[in-house]
Amino acid sequence: MTTHTPKLSLGPVPYFWSRETLLTFYERIAFSPVDIVYLGETVCSKRRALKHSDWLELATKLQAAGKDVVLSGLTLIEAGSELASLKRLCREQDLLIEANDMAAVQLLAGNRPFVTGPAINIYNTRTLSVLAGLGLRRWVLPVELSRDTLADLQADRPAGVETEVLVFGRLPLAYSARCFTARAHNLPKDDCQFRCLDYPDGLLLSTREDESFLILNGIQTQSARTLNLVSELDDLRQLGVDVLRISPQSLHTDRIIQRFHDCLRGDCSTATAAAELAGCMPVGPCDGYWFGGAGMESGQSDDAQDSRHEIR
Amino acid sequence: MKLVCPAGNLPSLKAAVDKGADAVYMGFRDDTNARHFAGLNFDDRRAAEGIQYAHRHGADVYAAINTYPQPSGWPRWQAAVDRAAGHGVDALILADIGVMAYATRHWPDLRLHLSVQGSATNDAAIRFYYEHFNIRRAVLPRVLSLEQVRQVAANSPVPLEVFGFGSLCVMVEGRCLLSSYVTGRSPNTFGACSPANAVQWQETAIGMETRLNGVLIDRYEKGESAGYPTLCKGRFQACGNTYYAIEEPTSLNTLALLPELQAMGIEAIKIEGRQRSPAYVARVAQVWRAALDACRRDPDNYRPQVDWLTELARVSEGSQTTLGAYHRPWQ
Repeated sequence: MTTHTPKLSLGPVPYFWSRETLLTFYERIAFSPVDIVYLGETVCSKRRALKHSDWLELATKLQAAGKDVVLSGLTLIEAGSELASLKRLCREQDLLIEANDMAAVQLLAGNRPFVTGPAINIYNTRTLSVLAGLGLRRWVLPVELSRDTLADLQADRPAGVETEVLVFGRLPLAYSARCFTARAHNLPKDDCQFRCLDYPDGLLLSTREDESFLILNGIQTQSARTLNLVSELDDLRQLGVDVLRISPQSLHTDRIIQRFHDCLRGDCSTATAAAELAGCMPVGPCDGYWFGGAGMESGQSDDAQDSRHEIR
Repeated sequence: MKLVCPAGNLPSLKAAVDKGADAVYMGFRDDTNARHFAGLNFDDRRAAEGIQYAHRHGADVYAAINTYPQPSGWPRWQAAVDRAAGHGVDALILADIGVMAYATRHWPDLRLHLSVQGSATNDAAIRFYYEHFNIRRAVLPRVLSLEQVRQVAANSPVPLEVFGFGSLCVMVEGRCLLSSYVTGRSPNTFGACSPANAVQWQETAIGMETRLNGVLIDRYEKGESAGYPTLCKGRFQACGNTYYAIEEPTSLNTLALLPELQAMGIEAIKIEGRQRSPAYVARVAQVWRAALDACRRDPDNYRPQVDWLTELARVSEGSQTTLGAYHRPWQ
């Protein structure tokens, strides 16, 4: 039994939700037992349901509710206007910033502490050490890396750097210049008519034999399956992971947070939580990356969990 | 603009040099480079021979060590840097910050290029690698429009290399995990996308099916020629339609853009295709040598010649070419 209890975080909303939806969502989050909330648009610069000042106002409200707030930057920075917005974000001195493109790392490095999101490629200890020397305070494990690689990275982790791991949500897999949601509607990217608004959990892409495969979310591609590492909580604790990240979805997010919270406090068994969380996934679970396999695979955690139950 | 050609093996290296490449890029026979395919790449003996051949003919050799090492595999990446430096390559093409830190520390005089796998799509990201590792050139991902390339070129602290011809990644390189999601192996971790060991071809009653680790990537009717199941180039279903939901099986061809790229001060044009045959490399290098020379001599009157385009179309994936992201409507 370990005493280390990780914090819970809520990642940035990856989808395009309306202003009203976002504000209602975060009103509920303010009352949920999540410790850290990441705010901001990370996928598409055309999504402006909330202005920069709206995000700041939301940050203040969440801070008043006791949350640590981090502002997340855009993941793929191409246009000059996107870089200009990122520069403005990185001038917000009162809040921690999550870099999701190396442009943000460049703007923050050496100036102030920062967080790196899952799309910043920290795959080895040397990379982690270089960034730690430049002010990295917390990093999110890239989603394709395994538990064993995490263990190696944790073993030589530089002092003062926290590790965060995505434990629940659809996996962010790719970013493109092309907008796949617009393409699905035969619309050009420059006249996308904000079709992403119609897909609060992204647009499902299936194979020709109707297997749910990927999620088209504007210029981002996600897994159709939902990562769930609730069965691995003991292992995550043993590995000294500091923060567990849940990625927002249109339904059940507060329930998911509550279940992880209950498990961390010992108020709920991970088996009970796993059974309940299975009902919170639009398509089904996956956890293959954690075990060093294909990301889409699932089921190994059930076996691992069973064997641990026997040990107890 | 310099012509940078792929060298998947010694015959390809020689073919590229013979047809006028200013530089060739190669990798070692392991997962330290992004074309980690069976039967491809160089051992030390062939690397030495290739580098000697290129240098004797006035061409540079770059070593691509452009995947992302994890702690357990780190010694291979360190060895690759040391081997390349020991062989006297003219530059390393690197993606990982840790590898750059190692190379800068142990081989401070060795020229570093930021790989396309480094995923830098803007001048601020490039500046990071310039300030910390003194990179001398950056290879741009294939996701920028021509106007965006112009902006990056105008503000970048180092000269740029852009892709001119070959397979097209529709996703920003270095941040695409689709392949490992399906197969467990990605360009970042393993040096291959949609790796051959995961591919299945099955003739069925309703057509030839191509699968990747069991996932149906495409199905071809009689008479349709079946392509390699690169997973972003299959036909899928969305919104009730079956179509190339991510990207068609086409190749990038920017022959028409050379005068504009030259005017922006682009330093080098990269030809993709270390996995292709020496004959392919020879043909493509020859056409691009002619095109770059013509553009340099008289950019105002430069036009891609019909026989160049015909030659390139013959060797292109799906026999189609596109301007890709350079052309805004493609996005």
